[in-house]
Amino acid sequence: MSSVEIKTKTIEPIRKTFSNIQRRFGDKPASRYQEASYDIAAVTNFHYRPLWDPQHTLNDPTRTVIRMADWHAVSDPRQFYYGTYVQNRAKMQEATEHSYSFCDKRGLLTRLPANVQENLLRYLVPLRHVEMGANMNNSGIAGDCVAGTVAQLHIYQAMDRLGISQYLSRIALMLDENTGVGLTRSKGYWLDDPLWQPLRRLVEDSWVVRDWFELTLVQNLILDGQLYPLMYQQGDQWLADQGANDASMLTEFMRDWFVESNRWIDAMVKTVMTESDANAAQLQAWVDHWVPRVREALAPLAAASVGGAAMNEVHRQFGTRLQKLGLTSPGVEV
Amino acid sequence: MSQLVFIALQDNDNARYLVDAILQDNPHAEIQYQPAMIRIQAESRLVIRRDTMEEKIGREWDVQEMLLDVISIGGSVDEDDDHFILEWKN
Repeated sequence: MSSVEIKTKTIEPIRKTFSNIQRRFGDKPASRYQEASYDIAAVTNFHYRPLWDPQHTLNDPTRTVIRMADWHAVSDPRQFYYGTYVQNRAKMQEATEHSYSFCDKRGLLTRLPANVQENLLRYLVPLRHVEMGANMNNSGIAGDCVAGTVAQLHIYQAMDRLGISQYLSRIALMLDENTGVGLTRSKGYWLDDPLWQPLRRLVEDSWVVRDWFELTLVQNLILDGQLYPLMYQQGDQWLADQGANDASMLTEFMRDWFVESNRWIDAMVKTVMTESDANAAQLQAWVDHWVPRVREALAPLAAASVGGAAMNEVHRQFGTRLQKLGLTSPGVEV
Repeated sequence: MSQLVFIALQDNDNARYLVDAILQDNPHAEIQYQPAMIRIQAESRLVIRRDTMEEKIGREWDVQEMLLDVISIGGSVDEDDDHFILEWKN
């Protein structure tokens, strides 16, 4: 009888990753995030200038006044590329869908008193228009920015905002039992209610900010950084005090999402701040310009709902967040 | 006498983050690439920390997720929510 001998033979791969990733990180196995995100966009040999913006080339780094030696220094601490992003959001959505169907099946919103239902339509649902603005802004940034890592962050942010606006719309549809009356009423508040006009003006003004980095700072840090704590955290408490605790199930996604997305926004701002003094000065100038505007825009809403103390708390917390990033918040003692 | 502890992991996308984290926390560890397997050995003690791993992988991470990629270990195990330690104590 012959004996069987089992041998192992190692075959070394000729290369462990793509050449562009190897030049950046060395010849070792790369993560999927690295392979999917770095040096994806073309940077040279553009034959024609785009008809829609002939002053610039395609992927032109001068579409913002912020200068970075390499924009890929801004990367996602969550390491989301398409696959992981979609998986993560599918999981979040599954949990949220469960809450929505539970709420719907048990009629948790429709059994609320009429004035509380009206408060949901007046103070919560109109935020869907803010979300659509955020969706447009982030899509625009994804188009204007350079580097795959930066574009990726913003296009995922844009899709998240579309999702959030749809969830808000579904709250109105749950209240009006799918007739659409609630949506129309809440749009009326957005368009005509004096409480919403300063915020609506701010959102519409943000659509014409040309510098994409200024826009990401205004939208993702300065506006969201104050609006989310005010409307989804303090506002949640305010609604709970009126007996609408059940509505919290429907906005939990927004609170979880806000905490998660702050991680990349803070990382991005820190990276850009530390690149150069000129960048840091420019960011501070934008903060000085936009923070008071956002505060003014939110003030009437806060005064009519959560109250001045809650608004001050939001200011204080946002001031602390800015301070951690190396920025100072105008008018707030931290 | 030399007393080596070791951990052998499948060579996949998950385990690479783990290898990075282990090498950062255990500068004395020695790494061996074998077919489809990465073996890390070290004198007397190897530690895997949750916070290092979370920083590498960019999300919350449960120490027990590691077990999906483990082929084998050598050493006494001390495990809790924040770390997984292999060591020989005597």
